[in-house]
Amino acid sequence: MSTARTVLTIAGLTLREASRRKVLRALAGLTIVLLVLSAWGFSRLSAESEFGTLTSGEARLVASQLLNLVMFGLSLIAALGTAFLAGPTLSGEIESGISLSLLARPVRRWAVLAGKWLGLAAFGSGFVVLAGLAQCLVVQATVGYWPPQPVVALALLAAQTVVLLTLGLLLSTVISPMASGVVAVGLFGATWIAGVVGGIGEALGNDGVARVGTISRMLLPTDGLWRGAMHAFQDPAALLQFGQEMEGFPFLSEAPLTVAYLAWAAFWVLMIWGLAALSFRRKDL
Amino acid sequence: MAADPTNAPAGAAPAGASPAGDAARQAAAQLVADLPPAPAVWCSGLRKRYGKRQAVEEVSLQVGRGEVVGLLGPNGAGKTTVIKMLLGLVTPDAGEAMLFGSPAADPASRTKVGYLPELFRYQPWLSAAEVLALHVRLSGVAVPAAEQREVLALVGLGERAGDRVGGFSKGMQQRLGLAVALVARPEFVVLDEPTSALDPLGRADVRDIVLSLRERGVAVLLNSHLIGEVERVCDRVVILDRGRVATSGTLAELLGQRELRLELTGVTPAAEARLAATGLVEREGDWFTVALPAEDAGDAVPDLVGDLVAAGVRVHAVEPVRISLEERLLGILRATADARAEAEERA
Repeated sequence: MSTARTVLTIAGLTLREASRRKVLRALAGLTIVLLVLSAWGFSRLSAESEFGTLTSGEARLVASQLLNLVMFGLSLIAALGTAFLAGPTLSGEIESGISLSLLARPVRRWAVLAGKWLGLAAFGSGFVVLAGLAQCLVVQATVGYWPPQPVVALALLAAQTVVLLTLGLLLSTVISPMASGVVAVGLFGATWIAGVVGGIGEALGNDGVARVGTISRMLLPTDGLWRGAMHAFQDPAALLQFGQEMEGFPFLSEAPLTVAYLAWAAFWVLMIWGLAALSFRRKDL
Repeated sequence: MAADPTNAPAGAAPAGASPAGDAARQAAAQLVADLPPAPAVWCSGLRKRYGKRQAVEEVSLQVGRGEVVGLLGPNGAGKTTVIKMLLGLVTPDAGEAMLFGSPAADPASRTKVGYLPELFRYQPWLSAAEVLALHVRLSGVAVPAAEQREVLALVGLGERAGDRVGGFSKGMQQRLGLAVALVARPEFVVLDEPTSALDPLGRADVRDIVLSLRERGVAVLLNSHLIGEVERVCDRVVILDRGRVATSGTLAELLGQRELRLELTGVTPAAEARLAATGLVEREGDWFTVALPAEDAGDAVPDLVGDLVAAGVRVHAVEPVRISLEERLLGILRATADARAEAEERA
């Protein structure tokens, strides 16, 4: 059995599990609710509020903020979904005994892990990209706003999901299925809050507080990637015009991501994946 | 214990690169070719500790090609841990394990191995046929769909091939596990408590399957609490107790001791002496139990009865007594427990 075939077989199995376990249906249901609510909200905004009286720049800024807010909701759904999928997929199978017969086959453990990772990454990224695109279309249809760099934004959202699911996989090789999901989502939330705190620190010119966000973004790159995605969703001209007033606001991002940060995020994923493979290789079943 | 290290790594034997020329090289190559094939599984000095508990201590065993070996022992004896170490699922702290002459840590060594774990669970979201197809793909062996269906039919799941495993009873899941162990044309099958969830009919099916595997020359390592089953199907038995091999051998070796029960009246001192000459005698009223010699060409019983009759003894009944594997197992376990208690007392 070539290793590549093991990886692809397990990736296919993981995708099949996601679709058959009704995870897909649950995620699709949640996403549709979010899309419908946001469509209704955006349409009311343009019809009833002072949206019509705003200057075009202000309107784009409001649309950017709202789009980012809804996208945060989407990324939260994706994070919860993949973290709770990544946890049970390894430790749950070890606990139940499914892994015993599977890993007694002539397969390398790292190949099984790579297959799981690939399947989950395809599932999570596919979901984020499709749902995100649908959301962009909803906003375009209701208030006529189209983000400046939708491809970059969706790719960064997908990357954020991959970062979190890699962490979820590492955790699931060392702790129980439920705990790994909870810890992954908890860390994701904590990093986001640390990012907001850091943003406030920057707005207030307090370096110490600002450093909280920088450090947390290094430790777990979800928030950093999310900020990059927000920056690609929002209107740059509007931000330039009104940015000063909005400094520190959690649903606007002032700067795009640097190449160095993207490289760090990629290295981080590799490193955590390597740790997961190491931990899984030594695990007694 | 039949753990002969020279027998195991046949594939790793020196290639005979001698400077003495072609003849020597050929002789060496012939020597290697003539080596018996590496056993299905061979292990030596396996040890495993979980926290403070020593689960397995210096376990060595071997299952030859086509041999059916029973692994017996009380709960917590380390049977499942030994099996997992043989299959690379648990890393031993010390010792060596080989499958078909390759180190057990190398996944490729498991290509010809089928395994039914004690904890049998299969993807509940897949159908029985899909589970088999998955295992066939992972094993890298090309098994046509028709053959996979045959294996399902063999374990009694032919009608349920398309049903989701999530809806299966425990017994059906264990039958599926058996099919998974058999589907990729294994040459060595490890069955860990294969009948724990099965009804009497299912147990009979498993026995028939193991017997048919033996006929086809497939080696089997069978861990079971059902000693009667083990006795019926196994060529050899390894008994584990507290992580150590308490004893091992063929059934004939383990059950070699035979006894004869006789109901006699009019027993004279001469007749008593004749009985004692045969073996150890126990008496309960008119019933005498005599241990028969281990090496016996089949004359011991008729000779004894003839001599007793000639001595004027009236023989009312003659019954052969066979020691069951269960009695033997209990005897061995009690003996090791007594020895341990004695050692502890002395310490």
